[in-house]
Amino acid sequence: MRPFIYEQPTDISAAVALASNFTTRDDQPTRANAQFIAGGTNLADYMKLGVAEPNRLLDLNRLEEQKLRQIRVTEDGIRFGALVRMGEAADHREVKARYPVIADSLRLAASGQIRNMASLAGNVLQRTRCEYFRETSWACNKRVPGSGCAAMDGFNRQHAVLGGSDACIATYHGDFAQALIALDAVVHAEGSRGARKIPFAKLHRQPGDTPHIETDLAADEIVTAIEVPALPWARRSLYLKIRDRESYAFALASAAVALDLDGETVREARIALGGVATVPWRASVAEDALQGKKLDEASAGAAADAAFAEAQPHQHNAFKIELGKRTLVRALLETRDMKV
Amino acid sequence: MDAAAPKPKENQGEPLPRVDARLKVTGQAHYPADLPTANIAYGALATSSIARGKVTKLRLDDARAVPGLLDIVTYGDMDKVDKPKFGNSSATSVGPLHDRTIFHDGQIIALAVAETFEAAEEAAQLIRAEYDEEKPTASFDSPGTKTVAAAGKSPMFKEDVKAGDFDAAFAAAAVKIDQRYSTPTQHHNPIELFSTTAYWQGDQLVVHEPSQNVTGWKVELARQLKMDPAKVRIVSPFIGGAFGSKGPMTPRTAIVAVAAKRLGRPVRCVTSRMQAFGTQTYRAETRHRIRIGAGKDGRITAFAHEGWEVTSRPDLYVVGGTSATGRMYGYGSVLTHVSLVQADRNTPGYMRSPPETPYVYALENAMDEMAATLGMDPVEFRRINEPKTEPIGKKPFSSRSLIQCYDQAAEAFGWAKRDPKVGAMRDGDWLVGMGCATAIYPTAVAPCAARVRLTIDGDVRLQCGSHEIGTGVRTVAGQMASERLGVAIDRISVEMGDSSLPPAPVSGGSISTASVCSAVLKACDAIRTKLYAAATAEGGPLAGSHNEDFDLADGKIVAKSGASAKVEDVLKTMQVGAIEEYAEFAPKGATPEALKKLYAGTPEFHGGDQDEDSVKYAFGAEFVEVRVNRYTREIRVPRIVGAFAAGRIMNTRTARSQLMGGMIWGIGQALHEATEVDRRYARYVNRDLQDYLVPVNADIKDLQVILVPEVDHAVNPAGVKGLGELGNVGTAAAVASAVYHATGKRIRDLPIRIEQLLV
Ligand SMILES: Cc1cc2nc3c(=O)[nH]c(=O)nc-3n(C[C@H](O)[C@H](O)[C@H](O)COP(=O)(O)OP(=O)(O)OC[C@H]3O[C@@H](n4cnc5c(N)ncnc54)[C@H](O)[C@@H]3O)c2cc1C
Ligand code: SF4
Repeated sequence: MRPFIYEQPTDISAAVALASNFTTRDDQPTRANAQFIAGGTNLADYMKLGVAEPNRLLDLNRLEEQKLRQIRVTEDGIRFGALVRMGEAADHREVKARYPVIADSLRLAASGQIRNMASLAGNVLQRTRCEYFRETSWACNKRVPGSGCAAMDGFNRQHAVLGGSDACIATYHGDFAQALIALDAVVHAEGSRGARKIPFAKLHRQPGDTPHIETDLAADEIVTAIEVPALPWARRSLYLKIRDRESYAFALASAAVALDLDGETVREARIALGGVATVPWRASVAEDALQGKKLDEASAGAAADAAFAEAQPHQHNAFKIELGKRTLVRALLETRDMKV
Repeated sequence: MDAAAPKPKENQGEPLPRVDARLKVTGQAHYPADLPTANIAYGALATSSIARGKVTKLRLDDARAVPGLLDIVTYGDMDKVDKPKFGNSSATSVGPLHDRTIFHDGQIIALAVAETFEAAEEAAQLIRAEYDEEKPTASFDSPGTKTVAAAGKSPMFKEDVKAGDFDAAFAAAAVKIDQRYSTPTQHHNPIELFSTTAYWQGDQLVVHEPSQNVTGWKVELARQLKMDPAKVRIVSPFIGGAFGSKGPMTPRTAIVAVAAKRLGRPVRCVTSRMQAFGTQTYRAETRHRIRIGAGKDGRITAFAHEGWEVTSRPDLYVVGGTSATGRMYGYGSVLTHVSLVQADRNTPGYMRSPPETPYVYALENAMDEMAATLGMDPVEFRRINEPKTEPIGKKPFSSRSLIQCYDQAAEAFGWAKRDPKVGAMRDGDWLVGMGCATAIYPTAVAPCAARVRLTIDGDVRLQCGSHEIGTGVRTVAGQMASERLGVAIDRISVEMGDSSLPPAPVSGGSISTASVCSAVLKACDAIRTKLYAAATAEGGPLAGSHNEDFDLADGKIVAKSGASAKVEDVLKTMQVGAIEEYAEFAPKGATPEALKKLYAGTPEFHGGDQDEDSVKYAFGAEFVEVRVNRYTREIRVPRIVGAFAAGRIMNTRTARSQLMGGMIWGIGQALHEATEVDRRYARYVNRDLQDYLVPVNADIKDLQVILVPEVDHAVNPAGVKGLGELGNVGTAAAVASAVYHATGKRIRDLPIRIEQLLV
C-alpha cells in the first residue's frame, strides 16, 4: 500500500474545493490523484491491492451537512443522504413499507458489518469485483486502458452477459442500484461546476471502448443524495437475489421488480436485472412485454426471453442467460403473489 | 448438557470446556504473528506472475527507493543455504531463490524487508520481474502433461491394491455401472494467515510460525541452514486453522531466517491471502473412473477404482485414496490404479483427510448410483455389502460400527419417511431430496514423547511438542493426566507447540489424540508406579498393602481395601518436591528405529492398513436433506445428521466440534469450494475469500452429530481412534445423493453448482 495524504474536509464546499484543487477536468474519479472516501469498504480494499492509487483521500465522514445522513420521506418520495449507511436504510420502517425492493436489495447485500460501515453513495459507486481487475498482474482494460482483457477468454463465470463490449465484460455487482434504476431514482451531485441532478439510468456507463470511464461524475463531484420519486404501487415490489450460498455473496442473477396490477393484469411493471450486466440494468423491453398482459408463467417467461434477447455468453457464464430468465420469472410471480 | 456438550455414553469422556477457551475468546492467545517482538522488521513477498519460464531481470530500483526499506533478499542470497527437500516436512523441493527457473504461478522471487509492514508491502509490489516465458501446462487435458504411475512414489502409497479377478467378475456381473467423477483444486484458506517470524540469539535461531510439525521443521530447517538442529527452535503455541496447510514447511521460512540474520533483527513476514494460493500447498484436483458390478441381489462382485491426480513437475505428491476405498465394502474382487499427472503447478499437499475426501466421494457417489440402478435403498445396499474381513488382505477390522452408525443416523434423520421415488418430495416451490453416504478414516498412531510432573502442591505440568490446531488436544491430553493422576483439570498446565518440548509426531492423519494420550498415559502410569511403590514401601503410609489395585483420586492414593494415603504425604516420605516422568511411547509393531525417527522428525505411522493383525478404521454415516428451487435451482442444505464411531471419545464436546466442523466443510466441498485455474496461464484466478466460497453461518441450519459408543483396545493403549478428519469424508457424496433424489440429476463433478442443475 502506498503512502497517501488524508484529509477531512468539514463541509461540502470545502471538499469540492479540495477535490478540484487536486484533480483536473478530464480526470476520472476512480483514477484521479484525489479521491473521496466514505465507508472505505470498497476503496480501501482496492488501495491495499494496488488497484486504486489515489495519493490524497478526502474523507466525507466529517462533512457537517446533516442532510447527508438523513432519510427523508415526503409526499414526493424519499430522499436518502449520501452518507446514510446501508444497514440504516435497510432497517428503515418507511423504506420497508413503501419500497420493499429497496430494503430487500440492501438487506441481501454484503454482511452486517459491511452494511454498518458502507454508505449508500459508496454502494452505488462500488467498482467491479472482476478477479482479473482485482489482481494487478493481469491484463485489464479497466485498470490499465489498452492492456487487454484477461477475463474475455479466461475464467469468466461471474461476468456479464448484457452490456459488455470487446474491451470489457465486468459485471456491476451492486444490488441497491437495481432497485434505484427500476424506480427512476435521481442522483444529486455537487461539484466545482455547481449542483446537478443525474437520472440514475445515466449515472453508470457501459464499458464500450473505454471501460475505465465508469460513471458520469467528474472527479470533483460529490454525490449528496439519492432521491426516489413517490410510487404508491411500489409497495408491491421485491428484490430476488440468486447466489452460490445463502448469504454474503454477490448475485449470480438478481431481479428488482415492482408491479402495478389490475387483478392479475399488469398495468405497469418496473424491472431491473443484476449480476448479469455491466451496469445497473433496466429491462424496459420486459416491462413493455408485460404491459396489459395477464401475469402468469407464460407471459413472465416471454418477458424474460425479451430481456435477454441480446445477451452475449462467454465460456463460463452462458448459464446466466437461463438463470437470469428464471430469476426474473420467479421474481415476477412472487411479486404478483405478494400480500400488500 | 446442551448440544455442544453431549452427555457421554459408554467409553466417552466428559465434555470439559477447552482449557484455552478463555484465552482464545478474550484475545489473550498469542498466535505466532501476534507475538510482540522488539525492534522487529517486516518482510513482504514478491511473487511471480507467470507459471513457467525464467526470470531474466529483476528491477529493484523502485523498491529500493521506498522510504524505510532495509533489505531485499533475492537470487544469490540463498546460495549458502541448501534447497528444501520434498517429503515429510517440506512442502516442495523448489528453492525459489536458488535458481531463476519458475516452476509455478506465484513462486517467490524476492522478500522485501522494511521498517514497517506498509513499506515492505509497497516495496514488494514495486519489484518488477522480466521473464523468458514458456507456455505452461495447467492441469488435466492441457498439452504437455506427463502421466506416471503413483505406486511406490510415496512411502505412504506403496501399491495399487487389488483382489481376485476383477475383469472376469465385472464381465459376468448382472448389474453394472462405469462412471467418471472429479474434484477440483481446493485451498485450505485458514483464517489465520501464513506467517514466519524469525530471530537469532547468537548462533541460535528461533522461529515463530504456525506449524503442525515443530520437530520435523526444526530438523528440516537446520538441514537447509546447515545448522545443528539443537540450535533451531520452532514455536507455535496457537494455530488459527491449519487443515494440513501448516503441516509441511514452505521455502519462506528459511528465506525469512536468512533475512533476520542479514539484518541482525527479528523479521516477520505475513503472507497475503492471495499469495498463499501459490506459496502454500493445496488439495490436488482429482479424476476418477469407478466400475461396480453386482448381482441382482445387490451383492457387489467387482469393484474398480482408477484415480488421476494433478501434481507439480518437480515433486510427485500422491493423494492415493484407493487403500480405503478398496477396503470399504465386501467386494468380491478389487482392481485399483492411481496415476499422477504432472503440470506447471505448485506442489499439492495434505488437506483434511487428504486421500479419503476425493476418493471416498467418488466411491460413495457411485454406490448411490449403483443402488439406484439396482432399485435398492442406498442404506440397504451398504448393509448387504458389509464385509466380515476387508477384501484386500482378508484381515479383520479391529472394530467396525458402520451399520450401527447407519441405523442411529437414519433413525435420527427420519430416513423412513423418505419417498424413494426421485423428484417425488416437494415443499412448495422447493424440490426436496434426501441422501446418505459412508465416512471412513484410517486409525493411525505414531511414537510420541511427553513429560509429566506432579508436584507436592498437587499441580501437574504436562509438556509435549504436539500442536493445538484447534482440535482440543491440549484439553484431552490434560484430561488424560487428570484421570490417571487424580488431579482436577484446573491444576494441570499443558504446554505444546514448541520444538524444545518432548517430540510429538506431525499433527496430521488424525493421530494426535491417540499418540499424545498414549504417551501421557505412559508418563502418568510411571508416576503412579513410583508413588505406589513409595507408599507401600516400609515406613510408607500404605506399608504392607502390596500388589493391590489402587487408584488416584482427589490427591490421594486409594487402595482397593479402602486404605488411602495423601500424595503429598507420599512425596514427603520420598523426600522430594515433585515426581517427573519422561515417557516415550512407541506403538505396537514399531521398528527398532521408531524412536530415533521421532526425534529426527520423520515418525513412523502404524495402524490403518499397515498392521499384521487387523486393519483399523473409524466409520460414520451421514444423511443430508437438500432443497432445490424449482425455478432457479439454487441448492440449500436445511438438515444434516452424522453418526460416527471412533473408539474411546476423550471429550464429547471437542469430538462433536471436530465432526461438526468436518460436516460443514463437507457441505462446502459439495457446493462451494473450488480454486479456479486460468488454463491459458496455469494461474489461480479466485485468490481470495470473496471468490473462493466456503459456507457461511446462514448455509448451515440443522446439524446433528451422534457419537456412537465403540470400544477398541487394539488400536492403541488409549483406545482412541482419530476423528479430526472423519467428518468431512462422504459428506459431498451424501449431498450429491440428495441432489439426485430431488432432481433426478446425477452430478459427478464437484462442486455442484446452479449451472449443472439448470440444463
Ligand atoms: C466482502 C464484501 C461483500 C460485498 N457484498 C456486496 C453485495 O452482496 N451487494 C452489494 O451491493 N455490495 C456488496 N459489497 C460492496 C459494498 O456494498 C460496498 O463496498 C460499499 O457499499 C461501498 O460503500 P463505502 O461507503 O464503503 O464506499 P467507499 O469504499 O468509501 O467508496 C466507494 C467508491 O465511491 C466513491 N464515493 C463514495 N462516496 C462518494 C460520494 N458521496 N460522492 C462521490 N463519490 C463517492 C469513492 O471515491 C469510491 O470510488 C460487498 C463488499 C465486500 C467487501
Ligand atoms: S472484464 Fe473488464 S475489468 Fe475484467 S479484466 Fe476485462 S477489462 Fe478488466
